[in-house]
Amino acid sequence: MFNFYLLVGIIFISFIFFIIGYNEAKNIKKINNIKLHSLSHYYGIFVLLASLLPSLGMYFIFTIGDDLLFASLIQNYVPIEVVKSEDYNFTIILAQIKNSVEGLIFGIPDQWVTDAAEVWKSWVYQSQIITSISCVFTAIISGFFGYKKINHKFRSRNAVENIVMSILAVSSVIAILTTVAIIFSVVFESIRFFALIPYDEFLFGTVWNPQFEGAERAGSGQEGLSQYGAIPLFAGTFLISIIALCVSVPIGLFSAIYLSEYATSKERAFFKPLLEILAGIPTVVYGFFAALTVAPFLRSSGSVLGLDVASESALAAGLVMGIMIIPFISSLSDDVINAVPQSLRDAGYGLGSTKNETVIKIVLPAALPGVVASIILAVSRAVGETMIVVMAAGLAANLTANPLEAVTTVTSQIVTILVGDQEFESAKTLSAFALALTLIIITLGMNFYALHIVKKYREQYE
Amino acid sequence: MNKKRITPLEATNSVKKSIVKRRSKDNRLKLYGRIAIGLAVCFLLFLFYSIFTKGFPGFFQYYVTLDINFDRERIDPKGDLSDNSLFDGEASKIVNESLFSIIEPKGRKAKKQAKKIVSSGKDVRIAKMVKNDPSLFGTITKVKFALDDDIDSFLRGYIKRETPESERRVSDKVIGFVDKLNQDGRITYEFSDYILKGSASGNPEMAGIKGAFIGSMLTLSVCLLISFPLGVATAVYLEEIAKKNRITEFIEVNINNLAAVPSVVFGIMGLAIFISIFGMPRSIPLVGGMVLALMTLPTIIISSRAAIRAVPPSVRDAAYGIGASKLQVIFHHVIPLAMPGMLTGTIIGMAQALGETAPLLMIGMVAFIVDIPNSVMDPGTVLPVQIFMWADFAERMFIQKTSAAIIVLLGFLISMNALAVYLRKKLERRW
Repeated sequence: MFNFYLLVGIIFISFIFFIIGYNEAKNIKKINNIKLHSLSHYYGIFVLLASLLPSLGMYFIFTIGDDLLFASLIQNYVPIEVVKSEDYNFTIILAQIKNSVEGLIFGIPDQWVTDAAEVWKSWVYQSQIITSISCVFTAIISGFFGYKKINHKFRSRNAVENIVMSILAVSSVIAILTTVAIIFSVVFESIRFFALIPYDEFLFGTVWNPQFEGAERAGSGQEGLSQYGAIPLFAGTFLISIIALCVSVPIGLFSAIYLSEYATSKERAFFKPLLEILAGIPTVVYGFFAALTVAPFLRSSGSVLGLDVASESALAAGLVMGIMIIPFISSLSDDVINAVPQSLRDAGYGLGSTKNETVIKIVLPAALPGVVASIILAVSRAVGETMIVVMAAGLAANLTANPLEAVTTVTSQIVTILVGDQEFESAKTLSAFALALTLIIITLGMNFYALHIVKKYREQYE
Repeated sequence: MNKKRITPLEATNSVKKSIVKRRSKDNRLKLYGRIAIGLAVCFLLFLFYSIFTKGFPGFFQYYVTLDINFDRERIDPKGDLSDNSLFDGEASKIVNESLFSIIEPKGRKAKKQAKKIVSSGKDVRIAKMVKNDPSLFGTITKVKFALDDDIDSFLRGYIKRETPESERRVSDKVIGFVDKLNQDGRITYEFSDYILKGSASGNPEMAGIKGAFIGSMLTLSVCLLISFPLGVATAVYLEEIAKKNRITEFIEVNINNLAAVPSVVFGIMGLAIFISIFGMPRSIPLVGGMVLALMTLPTIIISSRAAIRAVPPSVRDAAYGIGASKLQVIFHHVIPLAMPGMLTGTIIGMAQALGETAPLLMIGMVAFIVDIPNSVMDPGTVLPVQIFMWADFAERMFIQKTSAAIIVLLGFLISMNALAVYLRKKLERRW
């Protein structure tokens, strides 16, 4: 709440400066009876920005900086004997103190933890005072300097426009920052994981069993019980994606052909959005549907046929995921098929071919790169899909090609490992980041490949 | 050339013969296309059918009407209506007494079982009633209480009378009690007042989506406040201001890549950057909204750029011609004209964000939180995550409640998308 009030306060101050600047410009105009370079409100906006931006910057520096500063200062309040003890881990200590600050107390904390929390609380109080004073002060001072700049020679429109331009430029950098953040967060943890587990064991090991970390650490002597061979996960992901493709490619492709070549424009206008609804349904709904409708149905129909279907099977997840990615294939392929020039079709008809022959022998080959690209994009969507597999495919890391058994995937393991209580710094937690890294590499690789195909073959028929 | 020359008549005949086959092939392809679309539409309808048939009963539940003697001394011993006093009171005992007077259980064990027929939220309900209307004190009023989820499932027919007693969750004795209540006409099936107004609860009969719904709205507003300005600013910069050079190309590549990154990876980024490095608390809508904002940013940027590109250059030239500066052209003409397209993209992005689950699981919005969040800094959860959590619970009644929650979620998504389509149709101009 404090932050909210402070921000409102800063904005209020800068708004006052807007009014001051605006009136000053009007006054100069009136008194001196001269024409200013810019319209009056540009002077107002200039003063507003002059007051707002520095104090906002100040605010962000303070709010991000204070936690880091406190974290380093609090180290002095941790008793020597705790620091010297063997299982000293500052991250855990910090979490303890922070919990105590927030009033979350588990059991009876040590005296020094409560003391440190008290000190922390007083720091927070002080920093709130310092932050608000300095932010308000900056707002007023810099606003005042902005106000001083107003005179008939000052080109405030250009100044405002330059500021706005740079704001726009900075916001476009967010995309780069996000990418950097993703890479940064995944790569560093992965490097630490590969320091513990050799990458060839991770990439080529056939047993995935991260569950026994605790036992190993407790020194029960059962070392090496946890294994990080990701092959079963890749195999499970692959299996589910293949099943999904078996559903979505025929349906998607035939729908696309029908919609673009045979359907009347009314049919097209009706069915295309209808199919796209499939892509708009949240994946958690699909997961629920797979787990509670499709899986029991498969299980009962399997038992009629004498097949033993696991209650969480790759088939259930794959089928539902196939339904989900139909629109990715149908819509993209439809666009691509539509983009094939009409002259090619006319040439086919001119030679006396039927519609079927034109489509199969002329239009589809011409559209093939785009169709392949759409299928690759659908696969990358299937590989990265999380909720359906978490809810319907199970967690057992079976290395199997049998779609009736439970399998697990890269994404569902990431979720299982990172949701809930995490052990800090354990290989188990870190393994999720390594999995995420492989996931990013696979999906981005597919996307690049799809784009490459489209680019390479696009201009052939134009 | 040894090929036999054929006469025109022979040629006509052979073509005539083959044309039937070729036509039927043509029809077959058409049929395949129809079957494919039919299948996809069937899937869609079946999905909706199965959710709706399961979900509508989720909005209703069974209630029992009991005559409650609002004895102030017993309900509110301190007489000040404070939480403490009401907590000390004997509200649930009064409810039990009223229940016992009807079904007359004999023996301790029977009484213990009978108590469980009425949901454990009975005392809270009474406390709420007297707080809202203290004039109830001293009266004997009929009050409706939710039935326990097992009884509810029994009344719905999911727990069958025929199953042997040892295999069902409701004992013969309790069934007898319920029959007695039924004969008295005290059991009614009504619109549930918990599903929309209640919060997360371990008791399925009291679970509701209000907390998750408010969490969703808070998360979504954070997401909108961050992603819309950023997305539009980026689109404007890339389309109107930046020169085509290495840097802008790099930004474009980045945006396209971000659109392809699986959503769960954004969650990992949120966990590693916002929570671990910036030290923000877990499970709060603020972090959730930030993560979702970064996730929806590419959608908004791409559609905004398309909208800006669709504004004809003549508009810009006209504005330049009467002496507008570059930014005046952009802010006075290009952005207003491109706004419908931008809004459409934003609404679609928001719909995406509203349905997203995986990244929010990563940043801990999966915690069991009973309190309804009041601000973006309070721990909370969102609708899709609530659905995910409920889907995992074993109780039969949660299936209906989950489906009901899904109906609410789908309702929102469909109306958002319909709004986007409407905006596109209504406001977008063809040049």
